[in-house]
Amino acid sequence: MSTIANRRPLSLAITSTAFVLVWLALAAFPYIWTVWGSFKVEADFFSRETWQNALFGIKTIQQTGEPFTGSGYYGAWIESQFWRSVINTAIVATCVTTISLTLGTLGGYALSRTAYRYKFWILIIALVFRAMPDITLVSGYLLPFFQLNIWGYLPTAIIVLVALNQPFTLWMLYSFFVNIPKELDESALVDGCSRFQAFRLAVMPVMWPGVITTGLFSFLLGYNDFAVTSMLLTQENQTMIPKISSFLFKIQAEGHVMYAVAAVVSATAPLFVLIMFFQRQLVAGLTAGAVKG
Amino acid sequence: MPHRTFLAFILPSIVAMLLFIATPIMSIAVQSLYIEHDKILVMSETCQPLGGCVKETRVDAEATAKIRHDHPLGKFNGFGIYTDHNHLAFADIGKIVTSNLGFNETAARIYDLPFYRALVFTLTYALTVTPLAMCLGFVIALAVNAVPKLLKGPVIFFSLLPMVVTPLIGSLVVYWMINADGILGAAIQLITHNPDLSLKASPTMTWVTLICYGIWTNAPFSFVVFYSGLQTVPSDTLESAMIDGASRLQRVRFVVIPTLLPLAVFVTLVQLMDNFRVLEPIIGFNAAANATSLSYSIFIALNNQSAQLFSSAAATSVLTIAGVLILMTPVLMKTAREFGFRT
Repeated sequence: MSTIANRRPLSLAITSTAFVLVWLALAAFPYIWTVWGSFKVEADFFSRETWQNALFGIKTIQQTGEPFTGSGYYGAWIESQFWRSVINTAIVATCVTTISLTLGTLGGYALSRTAYRYKFWILIIALVFRAMPDITLVSGYLLPFFQLNIWGYLPTAIIVLVALNQPFTLWMLYSFFVNIPKELDESALVDGCSRFQAFRLAVMPVMWPGVITTGLFSFLLGYNDFAVTSMLLTQENQTMIPKISSFLFKIQAEGHVMYAVAAVVSATAPLFVLIMFFQRQLVAGLTAGAVKG
Repeated sequence: MPHRTFLAFILPSIVAMLLFIATPIMSIAVQSLYIEHDKILVMSETCQPLGGCVKETRVDAEATAKIRHDHPLGKFNGFGIYTDHNHLAFADIGKIVTSNLGFNETAARIYDLPFYRALVFTLTYALTVTPLAMCLGFVIALAVNAVPKLLKGPVIFFSLLPMVVTPLIGSLVVYWMINADGILGAAIQLITHNPDLSLKASPTMTWVTLICYGIWTNAPFSFVVFYSGLQTVPSDTLESAMIDGASRLQRVRFVVIPTLLPLAVFVTLVQLMDNFRVLEPIIGFNAAANATSLSYSIFIALNNQSAQLFSSAAATSVLTIAGVLILMTPVLMKTAREFGFRT
């Protein structure tokens, strides 16, 4: 497409490049700034006098002798026991991803291979369920969970998150499986496989791109959740996000805002890595739903 | 696939959804019809030899705990909780409307009612953020499509950040920057020479901040979807438009936008659903004094210090779900039509 007719006039090229750069700055700067600032002391990062303090770490040098300090991280991870929430988050996110995918692939595969009408109803009901704000459902969980004495434990939160994630997982995997040719598993059936064997031997080997993409979004759901985990977990079982929100106000009162800044950066860092490695799958996942329209 | 095999495959998924999505919806519907037990009061008379007798009312803690334990739902209240001051507030509205105050005053009074405050902000947020974020996303997609390849990778990488990072963290990151002591907040005060200008200065400022934040987090999704969409715009059509003498703008207007329209419908619906449940930014920006949302009302009712207000949360939840369903009707109709139902 690099014909003369398609060549863009210089002015247009400059405007669009400038616009993209502005957006790039808008999207990236807050995070870069916070990562940088998390290694400073509070007087620098929240400096009333001049932003140059934060850049050169003037107060940080005065207080600690070095331009960078890990005191915020020490305070967050060790003193405020943030490491506990990190472990909890790792457990929750991993379990949510594996269980969601297991249930979702089976369900999505079944939906893609049936021609009966109830398939549409299941998909439409799943769509309605997907639209329910999490917090409205949480208000329905609390009382029964108190009664059953299962409130506050990690497995409870994991099962709830898996369930909340099912509608999305089903839709996404359904649209991936629909694109895997039926002939593949049908020929396995002809060869004498049972349905499950056909699924395991013929479909599973080719389904991984779709599963990985869906898995990424399930992981993000478990990792990022706030509404469910903040209401359903006890203090010591809390995951990162509710932990940050719950110790935010306490910390601010004590004058340790940098602990919260360090905790926020710690929680964002894995996402940086995730995007770096899985950028292509994330984009594919976002568009997969859209193309179906 | 026969019914039995189908059922075997999909059963775990269906059971999970029924147990943890359908059942809680019923549970809040039932809960919203009940109200917490009143405390049981006992009158007792203590007489002292010289001081005479004093009548005293105190809470019978044991009996209160017992009735709460025996009937955890509370006592039946019908639709009482829906119509009380904290929810639909029919009585208050009636009073306000009948007192003939003129439009502005009436609106202001209604806005003072907690439920309507939350509803107005939720709707404003969802209905402004969604289209604006989509426009921004579309323009970014067009611009990225026109820049050298070298730049595209980093742009997509960093664009995904505001979207992938959870709203609570994203809003904290921005909040720290626009804080009066943060870099942006201080800069704005310096430029405008107004040391009082800040996020919390007025409700309008808070609303603008929240909406800008919303656009910032929502734009990447539209951008990514539209950008992939742009790659599928048929080049033949573009070329023929060019031969017919269409300018760049006309090509966008008459070829690109119509091709992307189905995508735009999809994006609108997804984002509308997500923005309607806005909760974390209000917590992150510490903005509850000037802006509350329906989700936030539920969150607060459940986090109440003295006693969790299950019934109030349940009633707000039912009303929120009703709102979601109303917003969703067009989507549902469209999906049903696509699947070949006559609606």
